[in-house]
Amino acid sequence: MGAESGIPHSAPLTFRRVRDLKERVIGWALFSCAALSTLITLGIVGVLVTESFAFFRQVSIVDFLTDRQWTPMFQDPHFGIMPLAAGSFLIAIGAALIALPLGLMTAIFLSEYAGDRLRGVLKPMLEILAGIPTVVYGYFALTFITPLLRVVWPETDVFNALSASIVVGIMIIPTVSSLSEDALRAVPLALRAGAYGLGATKLEVSTKVVVPAALSGIIASFILGISRAIGETMAVTIAAGSLAQLTMNPLESVQTMTAYIVSASLGDTPRGTISYQSLFAVGMTLFIITFMMNILSQWVLARFREEYQ
Amino acid sequence: MATTHDIDTDGQDPALEARAVSVFYGDKQAVKEIDLVIPANKVVALIGPSGCGKSTLLRCFNRMNDLVAGARVEGEINFHGTNLYQDDVDPVEVRRRIGMVFQKPNPFPKSIYNNLAFGPKVNGFKGDLDGLVEESLKQAALWDEVHDRLSDSAYALSGGQQQRLCIARTLAVKPEIVLMDEPASALDPIATQRIEELIFELKKQYTIVIVTHNMQQAARISDYTAFLYMGELVEYGPTDLLFTNPSEERTEAYVTGRFG
Repeated sequence: MGAESGIPHSAPLTFRRVRDLKERVIGWALFSCAALSTLITLGIVGVLVTESFAFFRQVSIVDFLTDRQWTPMFQDPHFGIMPLAAGSFLIAIGAALIALPLGLMTAIFLSEYAGDRLRGVLKPMLEILAGIPTVVYGYFALTFITPLLRVVWPETDVFNALSASIVVGIMIIPTVSSLSEDALRAVPLALRAGAYGLGATKLEVSTKVVVPAALSGIIASFILGISRAIGETMAVTIAAGSLAQLTMNPLESVQTMTAYIVSASLGDTPRGTISYQSLFAVGMTLFIITFMMNILSQWVLARFREEYQ
Repeated sequence: MATTHDIDTDGQDPALEARAVSVFYGDKQAVKEIDLVIPANKVVALIGPSGCGKSTLLRCFNRMNDLVAGARVEGEINFHGTNLYQDDVDPVEVRRRIGMVFQKPNPFPKSIYNNLAFGPKVNGFKGDLDGLVEESLKQAALWDEVHDRLSDSAYALSGGQQQRLCIARTLAVKPEIVLMDEPASALDPIATQRIEELIFELKKQYTIVIVTHNMQQAARISDYTAFLYMGELVEYGPTDLLFTNPSEERTEAYVTGRFG
């Protein structure tokens, strides 16, 4: 009713310029907030690219990818990424061997076996694992796990890839288990009922119906977990050491890409030198690897998504 | 008290015999002391308004209620002289011998072939699996439509085909009894008709207990009908009798469409 809203019935329409302007200002303010984080990301990538570019003007990409030595501080420096990449992958593979099965089995237990009350207790406890600072994991590896390993294999180095793998594995269990559990729980109850109705046991329902139906989510959680393991820094810097060597022996000391970045940035590497720029080249490599893994997990999720009905 | 008319079991042992079956969900009693004899090789329809307990009763017959948190069953259901709820009875074996088809088609996200093969495999079937798949699909009148694309996803089938696939999947386990929980309620009239024709064929070999909302459907396909209301069995007898000359006033009111 015109009278109730205070506008006389015969009044001409008012122009809405002022209100439009207000809406537009708010729109722009929100847009700038969204734009800021995007710009920061672009800025970081920009710095990575320009500094890496400076690096690759002095070291050819072929050398970078094929040289088997990483000795940036030597008189005759070598900049082959292989030892660092191998260190990262050695630890990521070890961590994956621990975290993927444990994480998946934990997820199956939480989703299919645990009652509501037990899950209510276990899930928060598991999430605490994700909340422990990674530096604590590093010291746990160095002071607890490594001595245990040396009891079994006395030749184990003080800094070794295996203890780092173990703690990184423990660290990424929550990532794997919680994402996998989400995927398992998203499988419709009707599918479980159908399988039970055919005389399947709980184990058969879980492993032959629910897990395959949730496979895309489970694989995505695996990729994300591995990607976290490759990017993990503090624990591996402390536990795995800083000896850039090309080895597949987990009892030896290795340096990962992340650990190199830490140790090189802690020292006073002068700006503009080749070892300063090498930081960015390694950072760029790391960024490309984790970026590709994220893309891969997105692709897996989209490609293999089961359309439940 | 319920009115139960003569149930002619043709001199055979009944397929199932429920005695004083009650089901509780927490404090709520969904099924109240129902006695029901299911004759072998017949189709028995359970009808009644929503929430009358007919689906709950059906799920008692193969212990699917075990999977519902907070559900409790009292009374006994005899199957070949054994109470299904006896302590030492394995519910997994019960469900293999008494199969179930659900309201909404629920094929697994697997190929047509693997949907069929799942049941036999988990039950340790050793033999000609291909032959069993073909036989079951033929029994469910689906073979002609899918024989050249068994490796396609079951989700590529239409709703009606999916439901026949689910029936075939149940038959592949070779149950004695097939329980059907409103198997056609999510389907169009033509698909519904095909399911009904199928039920007609299947009763030659199987005992079928079907829950339905649709009274015409019950009248068309069943030999016996049980009318449930608010968790109680009101009347049970030959379908013709129940629909044309029921003894209970509530039955008459329901089948003539005065409520429900």
